[in-house]
Amino acid sequence: MAHANAIPAFDDPDDRPGMLTANEEDETWATLTRTWDEGSGLWAWLRSTNHKSISRRYIVTAIVFFMLGGIEAGMMRVQLSRPENSYIGPDLYNQIFTMHGSTMMFLFAVPVMEAVGLYFVPLMIGTRNVAFPRLNALGYWMYLFGGVLLYVSFFYNTGPDAGWFAYVPLAGPAYSPGKRLDIWAQMITFTEIAALIGAVEIVTTVFKQRAPGMSLNRIPLFVWAMLVSSFMIIFALPAIVVSSSMLAMDRLIDTHFFNPAEGGDALLWQHLFWFFGHPEVYIIFIPALGMISSIIETFTRRRIFGYPAMVLSLISTAFLGFGLWVHHMFATPLPQLGQSFFTAASAAIAIPTGVQIFCWIATIWSGRPRFTTSFLFVIGFFLLFTIGGLSGVMIASIPFDLQAHDTFFVVAHLHYVLLGGAVFPLFAAFYYWFPKLTGRMLSERAGRWNFWLFFIGMNVTFFPMHLLGLHGMPRRIYTYLPEMGWGNLNMISTIGAVIIIASVCVFLGNVWISLRRGVPAGDNPWDASTLEWATSSPPPSFNHLFIPVVEGRDPLWDARDGELAVVTGLRTDRHEGLLTSVMDAEPEHRYEFKGPTILPLILAVFGGGCIVLAIFTPWGVTLGAIAAFIILTCWFWPTISPDYDTPRTR
Amino acid sequence: MKTSAFARIGQAGIASLLVLTAFAGCKREQRRFRETAPSGIPVDAVVMSPLQPGPSVIDVRISNPYDDNAYAVSEGKQLFDQMNCSGCHSHGGGGIGPPLTDDEWIYGSEPQNIFATIVEGRPNGMPAFKGRIPPYQVWKLVAYVRALGGLQGKAIRTTRDDHMMYKESEQARDKGHPSPTFTPPASVKQ
Amino acid sequence: MTVPLQSALDPGGPKAAAILHLGWFLLITAIVAYVLVTVALLYALRRATHRPAAFDDSDFDEPNRERGRVRWVAAAVAATGLLLLLFIFVDVTTARSLGSPAVGEPLRIDVVGHQWWWEVKYPDSANPQNIVETANEIHVPVGRTVSIKMTSSDVIHSFWAPNLDGKKDLIPGHETRTWFRADSAGVYRGQCAEFCGHEHAKMAFFIVAEPPTQFEHWLESQRSGAATPTDSLAQQGERVFLSGSCAMCHAISGTSAGSNFGPDLTHLASRRTIAAGTLPNDASNLAGWIIDPQIIKPGVKMPPHHLDPGSLQALLAYLATLK
Repeated sequence: MAHANAIPAFDDPDDRPGMLTANEEDETWATLTRTWDEGSGLWAWLRSTNHKSISRRYIVTAIVFFMLGGIEAGMMRVQLSRPENSYIGPDLYNQIFTMHGSTMMFLFAVPVMEAVGLYFVPLMIGTRNVAFPRLNALGYWMYLFGGVLLYVSFFYNTGPDAGWFAYVPLAGPAYSPGKRLDIWAQMITFTEIAALIGAVEIVTTVFKQRAPGMSLNRIPLFVWAMLVSSFMIIFALPAIVVSSSMLAMDRLIDTHFFNPAEGGDALLWQHLFWFFGHPEVYIIFIPALGMISSIIETFTRRRIFGYPAMVLSLISTAFLGFGLWVHHMFATPLPQLGQSFFTAASAAIAIPTGVQIFCWIATIWSGRPRFTTSFLFVIGFFLLFTIGGLSGVMIASIPFDLQAHDTFFVVAHLHYVLLGGAVFPLFAAFYYWFPKLTGRMLSERAGRWNFWLFFIGMNVTFFPMHLLGLHGMPRRIYTYLPEMGWGNLNMISTIGAVIIIASVCVFLGNVWISLRRGVPAGDNPWDASTLEWATSSPPPSFNHLFIPVVEGRDPLWDARDGELAVVTGLRTDRHEGLLTSVMDAEPEHRYEFKGPTILPLILAVFGGGCIVLAIFTPWGVTLGAIAAFIILTCWFWPTISPDYDTPRTR
Repeated sequence: MKTSAFARIGQAGIASLLVLTAFAGCKREQRRFRETAPSGIPVDAVVMSPLQPGPSVIDVRISNPYDDNAYAVSEGKQLFDQMNCSGCHSHGGGGIGPPLTDDEWIYGSEPQNIFATIVEGRPNGMPAFKGRIPPYQVWKLVAYVRALGGLQGKAIRTTRDDHMMYKESEQARDKGHPSPTFTPPASVKQ
Repeated sequence: MTVPLQSALDPGGPKAAAILHLGWFLLITAIVAYVLVTVALLYALRRATHRPAAFDDSDFDEPNRERGRVRWVAAAVAATGLLLLLFIFVDVTTARSLGSPAVGEPLRIDVVGHQWWWEVKYPDSANPQNIVETANEIHVPVGRTVSIKMTSSDVIHSFWAPNLDGKKDLIPGHETRTWFRADSAGVYRGQCAEFCGHEHAKMAFFIVAEPPTQFEHWLESQRSGAATPTDSLAQQGERVFLSGSCAMCHAISGTSAGSNFGPDLTHLASRRTIAAGTLPNDASNLAGWIIDPQIIKPGVKMPPHHLDPGSLQALLAYLATLK
């Protein structure tokens, strides 16, 4: 790709305006490759701070957890397929549905969305790495260790068994003996740290490292979505930090946060948990909205309709999302008037979501759709998420919710919005971005099988649950009596689950084969408009050869007739990037990204070990603080400023 | 998706570790709802005296099937309240009956001693619960009483109740050291 | 399709009926909205697929056509907003009608949730000694408002009889109040609807709505203590009950058994089910339950009992006298 009108990074008389020669490009490429090379082998892998490498690990680990969660769901469906089934007893069933919920919510949904963001946001905004590369690595290790903690404990019969929401007093010390819920509470500690780290990365990177000219009104909608979602994480996660710590303290050191006899309250847990729990689902959903925007733009070949309205919808969804949490508590003895406020807010959030949907339809209406697998999944999103959203408005009504709450109606609703609203966009994103990630195309034929099996399977599994709920079937029951009349619908649901499993197998097979024998993808196989498609597939470790300069929202379409403008003058012998201003992305500083280091892994191991110790003794907290202090001192130890005139040897 | 060979090895390693640990259990967390085999509920061999006529073959020291089981200790705590042990022993602090949280065990602190005390009754006011509390529930009470005395592992003992706090929780107290005077005599050859 | 045993779609009282009407309104509105959005989407896909193939920016950046689209989207958003306002209006109206019961002196009942059974008390404010204590079965007179005061003795439970009303949580440390009315006679099944531990799945109860005279008769008979059995087998059974572990947890008024950790058994034989709605109340089920409740409800607090057949028969004969 030729680069015209190279804009100098600073007013330096030595820089020449005009075209860059092919020779210059090759030299730059070679130097950058050398500078950003992290080495090979296990040691290099453990020390990596490259955002793409870390995101790939996140995605693979999240997919593994998705499959484990799916196996748990399959076991539940087998148990519930017939009345009085004896496949799984109550204790194991309680552990399984708790693990299913915790895995899907904490170990799959949020991490995978963050991971896709951490991979593509730096590429889309034209920078070389995230703002804090070592912190990013730490986030992954904490996530991995949290998931391993949960699953190792599950295999030791110490898996949590009080639901993913762990209501007290059932989850409290009196009614959940042993260490099961302590392990759950500390798993939360691991995953909340990872989520907060990812959020901080994205916010800082988006605000300060955008390509020159990419003012806030020119960033892609996916970047907006990740930014909004990250802000939600920063405001919502502290609630569960607090509540899981309170639960851990109640269980370990005899505090009374949730003990009504000593001044605590069981409802306190519910408020704190759902203040996190409701924004959590929007944290999962909003990145999916961003993915949909990217994909619709590409596959209808027109710019998204109503960009300002879309941005404002994302932001208002985020704000409103914090005002809904009591709709999970309508059956509790809270005052009616107060509860009605949350009905209104829960209904109101349908408006920004509606704006998004109508703008997308307008985009499709005036565009030229191409029915790739990715686009099929987007259509599936529309058809399924709308069902989930509408059943959500139904249960926003307090009287109706008092019948539907804690029944399979809600299970149907949540799976329609989560599978339809997050997993379908995620699959669409996989089919869309797989070529960029791996350099190979996924098979479209297998993709169609994947889509149709999933779409049909999803409906067969979850649609009957609407009726089951209204017919009186509560949630979280390990069996039911034959005379209840729920057997047939449950059996249909289980058959649907089998179809979903088949679909996931097709997907995994597609990935496996395409990695080896897929059609090689070029830089921009879909002729898309955003900057991640301006570099090779897969991207080199330094992302873009030169930092691009943008003048509009769709840089690659704007540059169709000419060439993409770039920034030159940054050092290629150091990990150097460009910091720009928050609003208008005017260049401000040079910035050196930190290179590979083993410190994040060390902090995760020692800090994580102390968190695990805190399950058994409060001394874990003390030791953890000391260990973290020592390691962070090494982490932040000041390095001598590089002498800018001396080239680095490595 | 490009995963380095080491990533795959790492994940395979974790997976095999998980499979291996699946075969391990964790006694602390078992929830045993019923005991099917008679040998699961040691009852008949509980004796008061280590002396035996003829050859000494009965194992005097009987381990509690619910030792090291947090669920059983928690159930024992509920039973302690339900069977009104607190009526005399006042949540372990004693009153009409002797305290259970100290190191003095009049009739011994071994599981079979406590079992016998509960089932047979004792002079000066300890009722005989034989036939009133099924044996496996008595063993749960035994587990809890030992936890009161600090004789179970810290992670096994219960923590705070969902009631007013009468005393520090069982988990907060130090390990118990039953007074040597009352250790039952060394068991005879099994 | 047979209507299942407990269903929100088969109301037996005014609250469930009002909620069902609201549900129909919500469903129809939701279906209409869904059809409109889906038709718009599918039409958009079909229409747009048949455009000329050449990529031409002027096609869709033309100001007039963009303005037209803006108007359509704005209209759709406005329609959504209006629909939601209508929804709120209907919702608030329904909620208000459900908040205040009809006039008339309500029947007051106290319910305490336990792991995994329902303690039911009929207090008598005029004469406190007349309190009736039963378990898992609530008799109410048809057509009279019933006011329930609920709490929990251990973890959070939820009282839900879908044919009559929505659910209300029983939270330890809080007192919840709700009301319902059964307008037609019948037996309505309910179930705990908040995860409460191992046997959450088998914590059901029955609301028996009967004509007022029949209800008064039932209440009066529940007030009396258990009569001393005359049959010798039943007398033997009473001895088995009092001398074994039963009396440690269960109360039978009129005898010396007074513990309240398990359900009150004074009128056990008058109940339709045992084990919180899990099994019909007959001799063979009762025998199985007494011998080993852990097979039927693993994790329940009641232990297995090793009774010899003679004692078991005597005990069953005695329990059958507890009408």
